[in-house]
Amino acid sequence: MADPERPRRSTASHRVVTWWLVLGILALAIFPAIAEKFYLQLITKIMILSIFALSLDLLVGYAGLVSLGHAAFFGVAAYALALAAPASDAPNLWLTLPLALAASAVIALVIRALVIRTAGVYFIMVTLAFAQMVYYFFHDTRLAGGSDGIYVNTRPSLEIGSIDLAQDLHFYYLVLAVLAGVFIFLGIILRSPFGRALQGIKANEQRMRALGFPTLRYKLAAFVLAGTLAGLAGYLAAAKEGYVNPELLAWHQSGMVLMMLILGGMGTLFGAVIGAFSYVLLQEWFSNLTKHWQLLMGSFIVLAVLVLPRGLAGLGQSIALRRRSSASSDDVEP
Amino acid sequence: MEWLIQILNSVQYGLLLFLVASGLTLIFGIMGVINLAHGSFYMIGAYLAFSLAELTGSLWTALPLGIVLAFALGLVLEILLISRLYRRDHLYQVLLTFGLILVFEEMRSILVGDDVHGVAIPALLDASLPLTENLSYPVYRLFISAVCLVLAALMYFTIQKTRLGMMVRAGASNAEMTQALGINIRWIHALVFAAGVALAVFAGMIAAPVSSVFPGMGNQVLIICFVIVVIGGIGSLKGALIASLLIGFVDTFGKVLLPELAGVAVYLLMAIVLLFRPAGLYGRP
Amino acid sequence: MSSPEALLLTTGLSRSFGGLVAVDSVSLQLEPATIHAVIGPNGAGKSTLVNLLAGEIKPSSGSIRLRGEDITGWKPDRIARRGVARTFQHTNVFPDFTVFENCRLAAQSRNVHLMRWLKPAESYREWNDAARSAMAMADLGGRAGVPAHSLSHGERRALEIAMSLATAPALFLLDEPLAGMGAEESTRIVALLKRLSADHSILLIEHDMDAVFALADRLTVMVNGAVLASGSPGAIRANAEVQAAYLGADVPMTAL
Repeated sequence: MADPERPRRSTASHRVVTWWLVLGILALAIFPAIAEKFYLQLITKIMILSIFALSLDLLVGYAGLVSLGHAAFFGVAAYALALAAPASDAPNLWLTLPLALAASAVIALVIRALVIRTAGVYFIMVTLAFAQMVYYFFHDTRLAGGSDGIYVNTRPSLEIGSIDLAQDLHFYYLVLAVLAGVFIFLGIILRSPFGRALQGIKANEQRMRALGFPTLRYKLAAFVLAGTLAGLAGYLAAAKEGYVNPELLAWHQSGMVLMMLILGGMGTLFGAVIGAFSYVLLQEWFSNLTKHWQLLMGSFIVLAVLVLPRGLAGLGQSIALRRRSSASSDDVEP
Repeated sequence: MEWLIQILNSVQYGLLLFLVASGLTLIFGIMGVINLAHGSFYMIGAYLAFSLAELTGSLWTALPLGIVLAFALGLVLEILLISRLYRRDHLYQVLLTFGLILVFEEMRSILVGDDVHGVAIPALLDASLPLTENLSYPVYRLFISAVCLVLAALMYFTIQKTRLGMMVRAGASNAEMTQALGINIRWIHALVFAAGVALAVFAGMIAAPVSSVFPGMGNQVLIICFVIVVIGGIGSLKGALIASLLIGFVDTFGKVLLPELAGVAVYLLMAIVLLFRPAGLYGRP
Repeated sequence: MSSPEALLLTTGLSRSFGGLVAVDSVSLQLEPATIHAVIGPNGAGKSTLVNLLAGEIKPSSGSIRLRGEDITGWKPDRIARRGVARTFQHTNVFPDFTVFENCRLAAQSRNVHLMRWLKPAESYREWNDAARSAMAMADLGGRAGVPAHSLSHGERRALEIAMSLATAPALFLLDEPLAGMGAEESTRIVALLKRLSADHSILLIEHDMDAVFALADRLTVMVNGAVLASGSPGAIRANAEVQAAYLGADVPMTAL
């Protein structure tokens, strides 16, 4: 029997999302067969940034917390891998990954605890400032090479069969698997009671409190989860590049990932991934055009904010809407 | 006596920061806009001082020229871009002004290059005040402190005592009412923004002779100014002044006492203030 | 003075903003399964009183007891979880969620485990059931799949009460539930409140005197933040001070 409470549209759109997801994973899975080495590495980088953008989407797009310090968690996990890696052997992924995630989670917990009552524009400034504190910590102390950074000499090993992450192709598939996993994990969470509560908090926090939700605790959980997932991306980035430096957690990095979300459209998981792809490809294109690519990127961002209020995804939607409405008006014509 | 020098340096640095932070906090308090590009104006000021001083031969002619240019830049930016952000989410304000930073930095790179420069102290003030037999203090730093104090007093007077200041304060508390009284809020916003830009540019110009002129200087100042606004309380000039001086002391003495952790010290101060006063020293909770 | 069966009891409850005393030493007693209306001219402090009881603002002095337990200074969510549901003067629903989802989310608030991350929210039967019965009670059963923003004004007010009901409260704090409604819509809400009062207590703030006198078991009149009079509808109707206060405040009390 059809459940009248559940609008049919949502189950239908759920099926569409699943199809697109399967299609996207398939496309990325067969990509290495047709791509050169350079593009393999580029797509690996984009997939890692997609995970980073997804983690921020949970915070900004679903819980309504605009953070300008998200790179801190990305960078801390990267540094954790670099510091935990033995000098010559390959670090064991099963030991170093949990360590790196825990480091990001703890930093997220501490920062959120300090800013627990701040919201809105305050939250933006305070997250930026604390991220900068972490930046200076790695930049000024000799703990991890100061401003020069340090090397991760060997990629982590998975210790499963003949998988060798030192090979770019194997590493590519690991990152793809992690991206798919994070995407599905977030998809599940957002439909869960926890995810619904976050969306309620974003829509109207006062009402949620009046209903009985301890909203601060929900936001804390979201912040730590988002920080941990950003750490996952940071760990993969450090493993891929074999090198970490303070720029990984500089605030430009935080601004960049926010820009990805806006480009793709926040509050949809696909938006985060589309945003990461479009941003990096755009950056590649601009930097092929001119040494001063930041001028083009900056102007593009300014224009995007002025003319694309709902991101590329929003642009796609409004084009589709216009098509549909013009199509239906065509029907009326004899 | 060395302490006296550090104290004078702290005050001078704090007052300089106040010039930048006051614009940031006013723009937020009155228009509700978070402006990441505010630090870029400080950078632009320093590079203007360098270029104009070379062009005209003296910082004294460069200063008024720079202020006029800054005010014009502020008006143009407000009218073309910033005014479109007033009713929009903070997220978009962050992004647009983030884009502006990239534009300003790259323009600077194209026009002046990426080198570090120095600006000569004007001959008139290029002297030292002897404190003891072998310690002395540069007159130019005292000049910076004095100018900043005069500007702070002027700002206070303008906002508290003049008709313009009254309109600004009314605009901050109730934009619609001000509009109904026949005050053109559009012009007040443009004026406040341009004044904020001019202050930051001016700060960058007079700071240029004591701190070298380098590419990343804008962002460094921006983030410190955010810390100041957070500590002082958003929209509060008084809070910004006190927080600026606090930061001046913590940063200067941090570098002397704990050089390894100097970069972190100001953020620790912010963390401590937030623990006890989540809305800052003079913020409305 | 306090009877053992009092559901809610306030003693000397006060709140001032700067120099202005918004609520001035209010002592109230709410019995189970009754409708207690608070009336008074605009600015009498009625909404501030609701905000104090709901924990939205903290009292300057005085205490609030719920079933004998001191809840003074508690956070709004903690008070809500103890069985106090409030509605707002301005409609306050989740406009992009469906009617069902609004009510389901409200029911979910009864069980705020942070770690429920895996099963879809709709798979929890007790919340679905609570949401359905709340919608049925508020005559919204046929609108379950409609997004809240496309409801009529009256339906949205009903939805707000349904959301409160889905949290299974013992006490409703309703801030002007009939504001801005036509006669027909008002009648529906009045009937709904009548049904609710069978097994709930309601603190009702309302300007519509017809509705107040049709519903209330007890009345409290507030003027300038303080309680002017409190008693049965009949006693209040006969009270000369109340008459004077209302005439003085230039508010016609047509129902008197």
